[in-house]
Amino acid sequence: MQRSCDLNVEKGIAESFSPETSLALWQKMCEVRYFEQGAVDAIKAGEINYQVYLSSGQEAAAASFSLCINKYQVFAQHRAHDIFLTFGAPPEMLRDELRGLPSGCSRGRAGSNCLQYHENGMHMYGHHGLIAENVPLGVGAALGNNKQTLCIFGDGSAEEDYVSPSLGFAATHKLPVLFVCMDNNYSILTKTEVRRSWNMNEVAKSYGLPAVDIADDPWTVLKHTRELSTQLPAFINIRVCRGYWHAGVGIDGTLEWDRFNMVKHELNELGLADKAAKIETSVCKKMEQIWAKEILLKPLEKQLEDI
Amino acid sequence: MGKRNLAETIRETTRRHLEEENGLLLGQSVSAVGWVNGTVPDTRGIVELPMTDVAGAGFAVGAAMVGRRPFFVIRFQDFLVLNGSPLINYAAKVKELHGQSAPVFIRAIAAEGIGPVHSTVLHGMFMHFPGFKICAPMSPGEYEKIYTSFMKDDDPYYVSEHRFAYQNKEEFEDIIRDDADITIFLASSPRLFAAEASKTLEKEGTKCNIIHLLWLKPFTCSEAVIRGLKKSGKGLVIDAGHEICGASRSIAYELGMASGVMVHALGLKDHTKCLCPPLQNKAPEVDEIVAKVRNILKLK
Ligand SMILES: Cc1ncc(C[n+]2csc(CCOP(=O)(O)OP(=O)(O)O)c2C)c(N)n1
Repeated sequence: MQRSCDLNVEKGIAESFSPETSLALWQKMCEVRYFEQGAVDAIKAGEINYQVYLSSGQEAAAASFSLCINKYQVFAQHRAHDIFLTFGAPPEMLRDELRGLPSGCSRGRAGSNCLQYHENGMHMYGHHGLIAENVPLGVGAALGNNKQTLCIFGDGSAEEDYVSPSLGFAATHKLPVLFVCMDNNYSILTKTEVRRSWNMNEVAKSYGLPAVDIADDPWTVLKHTRELSTQLPAFINIRVCRGYWHAGVGIDGTLEWDRFNMVKHELNELGLADKAAKIETSVCKKMEQIWAKEILLKPLEKQLEDI
Repeated sequence: MGKRNLAETIRETTRRHLEEENGLLLGQSVSAVGWVNGTVPDTRGIVELPMTDVAGAGFAVGAAMVGRRPFFVIRFQDFLVLNGSPLINYAAKVKELHGQSAPVFIRAIAAEGIGPVHSTVLHGMFMHFPGFKICAPMSPGEYEKIYTSFMKDDDPYYVSEHRFAYQNKEEFEDIIRDDADITIFLASSPRLFAAEASKTLEKEGTKCNIIHLLWLKPFTCSEAVIRGLKKSGKGLVIDAGHEICGASRSIAYELGMASGVMVHALGLKDHTKCLCPPLQNKAPEVDEIVAKVRNILKLK
């Protein structure tokens, strides 16, 4: 299947959703985008000294998941700011985790690529930095408590030895797991076509899992996620574009496609431009406050005292 | 019914775990091929794993994280090199990193004399990594003790079993005497040969303190034992694993630091365990223990 921004996206699909849903998707996308904008600025200003793995560019899919499967226990991978934020964990705790502070979601001990959050009905487990290690863990958790589970990994992670048997085990035991591959076509800087001849959808299907291969249009992701959530275990491959370098805040050229602006454009077409703009402005302001200089520049002792 | 042996104790402890504690047991072919030397009960909660030696450990750890306290059965400890990653990198780290827990009970079973990758003891390798509790129960009472401890704990347990001990019904007792020439600490299968080695040495006039090590990590030692070690003036730690970077040397170091006494180590030589004798590089048994003691005491 050819990689493209409209892979298996039905024309006019956005119109089949309510304005509230479309705006809610947008709100979530903005939360990720503007949180990370603040993080990028803080990094460039030298106020964060640990590695970060940014979701910007890929945030539409997480926004969609957050509207339909946000009660799932999540086993996320290294690029998971988007899940953390869209599923409702506090951005302040992510900010402080990135800064290595005790007020971070893992008390500053784990960092950007190992996010966990277990409050307010959210159960987000991360990995510890070994790509796809979260996949068998999520399958084991589903075996243990039979709860609906989301396992997310990248197209590179999909190649790890332990991913295929995880799909197979979920199939054998009919476990309620949704496997999602965030397919940005790169393992760091190596393209998929250089690494392998096979594709994950065929692998998933060979284990008997229903599987779709779609672009990251959020309405399309929402539709398929809802459909597949009644047929678990299942697999979704989502074609996405990573906005920044694999790690850190560098940018290589222009994006293959710019989903954030495509969604904004679609909202205009739907007659939701004003409302969308209001959401964007208000999220942007909120995130600016979260990343305010007064907070970042407060002496560390004072910050620890506040905590 | 007479006293239970170790294998029967493991089976009945497991049965209780599965039937009364909502536990799980995961392993490959555990409900066939002799049900792992008769240590696995035929009851609910048994999950047959496919032959997947990395993901399989991940499934066990995932189940542990959601409270099922799984027994994860590894027929040959050697396979833990493959299964190690989810255990070492996730289960053992999740508490310090995130305040979560993954109490998985790793039944790491050892054997002897069946070749290069079916005869190894790897508890020393796991001692290297933070986050595990590590023990090597060789008697029914010890097994019950470590199971009780596991159920009150939230750490992953590495339970280093040895097939040599499965038929054992007896408990081990430490021997500390005033006139000892040496204090010998033993872990895993060499413990089964301690009494006979000690008897042989006594016939030659060498008197030994014998200390049985159930817990390898965290390692603690009573005042009385340290006193005995000091009084005897010489120490030796014997283990079934490789000596270099192994449990024997590591514990010898700790004992040496705690007592100021020179404590020697005896484990496997730095060679592959080949199939045939004399190249099996077996864990120390009577002759090797006796020879090592004579050597330390410069006898003969
Ligand atoms: C087990 C393991 N192997 C290799 C790496 C090095 N590594 C870190 S991220 C990465 C690429 C992952 O690519 P992908 O899964 O597609 O996710 P993306 O970074 O593109 O979002 C690699 C190879 C690692 N962290 N863990």
